[in-house]
This record gives sequence, structure tokens and C-alpha cells, in this order.
Amino acid sequence: MNYLGRRLIRTVLLLVGVSVLCFLFTEMAPGSFFDDMRVNPQISPETIAMLRSHYGLDQPLIVRYGRWVKSALHADLGYSIAYNVPVAPLLWGRAQNTLLLSVTAMLLTWLIAVPLGVWTAARRGKALDKTTSIGVSLLVAIPEVVIAVALLAIAVRWRVLPIGGMKSEDLDGLPLWVRIKDIAEHMLLPVIVLTLVDSALVVRHVRAAVLEILEAPFVQATRGFGISRSRVLFRHVLPAAANPAISLFGLSLAGLLSGSLLVEVICGWPGLGPLILDATLSRDFYMVVGGIMVSTIFMLGGNLIADIVLTVIDPRIRTGAPDAL
Amino acid sequence: MRFKTKLLVAALVVVHFVLLFAGFIAPYDPAEQNRVLPYAPPSRLHFRDASGFHLRPFVYGLKLDLDGFTEDKNQVFPIHIFVRASRYKLLGFFETNWHLLGVSGSGRLVLLGTDGFGRDEFSRVLHGGQISVAAGIVATFDALLVGMMLGMLAGYYGGWVDESLMGAAELFLSLPWLYFLLGVRAFLPLHVSPARTFLLLTCVIGLIGWARPARLVRGIVASARSRNHVLAARGFGASDFYLLRRHIFPEIYGVLLTQATVLIPRYIAAEVALSFLGLGVNEPVASWGNMLSTLQQYSVLVSYAWLLAPACALVVTSVIYSLLADCLHSQLKFQSS
Repeated sequence: MNYLGRRLIRTVLLLVGVSVLCFLFTEMAPGSFFDDMRVNPQISPETIAMLRSHYGLDQPLIVRYGRWVKSALHADLGYSIAYNVPVAPLLWGRAQNTLLLSVTAMLLTWLIAVPLGVWTAARRGKALDKTTSIGVSLLVAIPEVVIAVALLAIAVRWRVLPIGGMKSEDLDGLPLWVRIKDIAEHMLLPVIVLTLVDSALVVRHVRAAVLEILEAPFVQATRGFGISRSRVLFRHVLPAAANPAISLFGLSLAGLLSGSLLVEVICGWPGLGPLILDATLSRDFYMVVGGIMVSTIFMLGGNLIADIVLTVIDPRIRTGAPDAL
Repeated sequence: MRFKTKLLVAALVVVHFVLLFAGFIAPYDPAEQNRVLPYAPPSRLHFRDASGFHLRPFVYGLKLDLDGFTEDKNQVFPIHIFVRASRYKLLGFFETNWHLLGVSGSGRLVLLGTDGFGRDEFSRVLHGGQISVAAGIVATFDALLVGMMLGMLAGYYGGWVDESLMGAAELFLSLPWLYFLLGVRAFLPLHVSPARTFLLLTCVIGLIGWARPARLVRGIVASARSRNHVLAARGFGASDFYLLRRHIFPEIYGVLLTQATVLIPRYIAAEVALSFLGLGVNEPVASWGNMLSTLQQYSVLVSYAWLLAPACALVVTSVIYSLLADCLHSQLKFQSS
């Protein structure tokens, strides 16, 4: 069997593993969604028992897992206890908001970070490189929470951006571009935070990879042929240095759903993050498992795509040569 | 060690020393409320009053009126060193009531202001730092211990042990970790004692994080296994355990150290994130995360800038750790090349 087939099977196995882990943890955990009801004298134990059996929580673990897998294969992730609606449409609606945010941030990140990484590597030790690397070190070191809270404080204090939510009230009758502009303004703060955090990492890796290639003899040769500096960098060096960047791009793809949780909560963006956080606090079991599974699919999918791209562009990986990465 | 590394290690020692002696350095008990001083701004230290210059700094009493807090020039409280105030346990053992700084009488010395309950922010930053940094260190210890043992097993024995352990590592690496942490936390009881929460939190963070160190350790052990001196020792009849302890552990020591400096700030940030979201250490115990969570209200965030103090403390700690990690990493690369 070839490399990609093995990777695909492995991905499916990992997905099964994650779902098993989720169910195992719930089995070990004390308490459930109905715990708060037990305190309420107006709800009889029989009612709670009935509700439990209604949601299938009284069944043994294996049965619950089997049922869940069966319905998950039909894209039905169960029923939310707190919202009393199916989980999948709810997750999908929120996931769209998250994707709007994170895809924008990802595009910005890569558009900024790759040229910056290449450029700083080409001017190693110059002022630009030094200032960038100080900034990158700081951005890598400072936790995301702090960056988000600090920018939020600035935005709130000087009222430069609308804060919280995804759009303003009473915009329904206005033309389309006004509504788009409104959403863009609401997006700006979380997008800036995400872009800052992610691009620091990308710049660092791209710079390191390019620096390594710049020392190779073939770069000297291209110079000798009189090829222009920027053409050498972007046409000859960048493709050779692409492997770590592509792995990192896979990680970017992988984090599209799960990477922005904190920023969403802090900036009040109605994405997947706040939904899962609420579900966690209210122990809305199928919602939490659904959220974890959906974001795990993205995680695995992102890594798989990176692997596929790597095998397509780099024959060394296909043949399993040891010096591939 | 290079000078920069030494400097960073010294800075780290200072930070941890200050946090370790938080009870002594902090003027007040972190949970002590003072309802007449909600959201008081940081005390201003004065050296000069109507009668001229004083070598001993002093603070004025605070008066709350419609415009907020103003200084009452009639109430003067000189700052004293080594004062007796609230009782606490130094290093968790010695009960004492000596504090580094304090003011006498009814004055309050709030170096970083107070929060909504009138609790002294400076004392809370120090005590909260104890919790947050300890959480980071304990979680890192968990992750490295598990990662080291499993990584050594996988690298040393190879075969199906290697296959299954590294498969598990891949499983944990492909988890969206914050979501998973939320999920795991969701199934643990919400309201338990702070000590148990702390223990659960560190175990959960540490146990999710074992995969990456395990992979690194496995790689090194797998290559060290077939080195000549290891093969020679095996030829002399050394046991597996002896080989691992005496000949292979020294090789992974540097990687473990570097990983520790990478993981500690990351796990401090993880604790802060979880407590910020209300899933970590609960009130009244202070941690940097739950102190920052009051800033989720925009009105508080705008009006009381001094409540960002825990964020600053967190930044300082993380930056030192991360610069140290960079230094150690480049040294390790230099040694191995």
C-alpha cells in the first residue's frame, strides 16, 4: 500500500481514537447535565430518570458509543440537552462564523509572514532583521490571552472599533456593502490578534528554513549566473525551503476551528468557541463531544493535506528517503 | 554558560524567589476584602509634604467622593519596613506575621490598587503568581516525566512497543488541545476545593502534553541505543535499566531541560487561559487567570487599568522563560553540530 493510503487509514483510526477518548472521559466523570435539577424540589427523581432515558444517558457506555457512531456516520451528532435542538446544525452555524474569522486571519498571516520571513533571512543581521526578530520573540513569548486583552483594552478605551458580537443592531434595511463593512469592522480586532500570534511563528520558521538554504552551494551558483537577487530568493530558494513551511501551513489549516477559541471568547465573537465553552459549563455532553470531533476533523484534515502536498511536490518523501525534512 | 543565559537564569531565580516569599513581600492577605476601597487606584508614594522632604516615603489616606478617590492630605501614613500584620505561613510551614512593607494605623498601602472587593492587587498578583507558576511547573513535570518514560521505552525497545506508543502520541498531538481540555474539564466536577482543582488541572494539562517530549526523547534514545559505548556496556552484561539510566539518560538530559523551559510558560498560559474562562482555579484563591477574568466586563477594562497587573506579571515571566528556551535551544544545536 502506498504512503498516502497508509496516512488516510491512520487518520481515520485517530478520529476513532479521539471519539473513544471523549466517551471514556465522560464515563470517568461524576455528575451530568441533570445534576442541577436534583436540587430542585419541584422535579421528582422519576422525571429526571425519564429525561435521562429519553436522552439515552442511562444506557451503558458501549451502547451509547455504538449509537453515537451510527448516527455520526449520517452527520447527526446527537441532541443538545441545553438547547433542545440537534447538535450538528447549531455547530455548523457557529463554525461558519469561526471560519470567516480564522480563514481571513490565515490568509493575512501567510501573505504577511512569508515575504517577511524571506526578506529578513536575506538581510540577516541588518536592522530590519533585528527589529523583526525582537518583535517575533516577544510575540511568540507573550500569551495569546494577554495580547487579546491588551488590544481589546486599547480598542475599548479609544473607541476605535466596535466591540463584541459580529454585527451591529438595526442594520437589516441597509444596503449590502454597509452590512459587509459593519461585519468587517467587528472582525478587525480578533483578526488582528490571530494574525499577530500566528504570523510570529510563521516568520520564525520561514526565516530559519530560508537561512539554511541560503548556505547551499546552488545559491552561490545562481548568483554566479547573474540571476537577480529577488528572483533567486523567490524562485530558487523559497521552493527549496518550502517543506517546513508547508507542514506549518498544514498546522494553520488544522487550527482553523480550534485555534481561535480564546480570542472569540475575549472579543465576544459568536463562533464555535463560546458555544463549546457554554456547553462545557452546562455539561451539554453531545455538544461538547460534537465540538471536539468537528475540530479534530479539521486538525487531522489539515495535517493530511500538508502531507499530500508534501508528497506531491517532494519525491524524497514518496520514496521514503531519510533526508526529506 | 554564556553571559546572556546566566542573566536570564538569574532573572528567573529572582522571579521565583519573589513568588516563593509572596506572603512576606505582600503587605496584605490576598483574600482580605476592604469594602470601602473598591477599585482604588494605586497608592502614590510621596516624599515631600508641606513641611519639606522626608527620606521615608509616605502615602495619604484615600477619600471616596463623587469624582472617585482623592487623597486626604490630613491623613499621613509613613511606610515602614518589617512590620507585623496579618498572619500567614511562610513557605507553607512557618507561621509568622512579619511583612516586608506596611503602613501603620488605618492606612492602606495598595501599590497596584485594589479590585472590586477592595482586595490589594499587589498581594494578589504575588499570591496568584504562586498558583499560576506552580501549576505550570507541576504540569511540565508531569508531561516530561510521562513523556520521558514512554519515549525511552519506545526508543529503546522499538518494535510493537514503539509502534503503539508513537501511535498514541500522534493521537494526543492531533487533539485540538484547548477544546479537549475544556471537554475534560467539563466532565470533572465544577465546584471542588481549589487544591483539588489545582491537582486535576495540572494532571490534565500534563497528561495531554506528554506526546511531544516523548517523540523527541524517542528519537534520541533510538539513535543512542546503537552507539558503540552502549553496545560495549551491553556486551559486558549491563541490564536494560542500567543502560537507560547510565548511558542513555545523559543524552536526553539537554532536550528535557530545553523542553522544560518551553513547556513551563506554555502551561502557565494554559492555566491562565482556563482560569480566565472560569474553568480553572476558583475564587477566593487568586491566580493570574481568574484575576484577569474580571476584565471580561468592558466597563472594568476601560476604567481600571491597574487590573492589568497580572497580565504584565505573566508577560514578564513568559518572556524570560521563552528567551531562556531560545538560548538553550541554540546551545543544544551548537553542541550537537
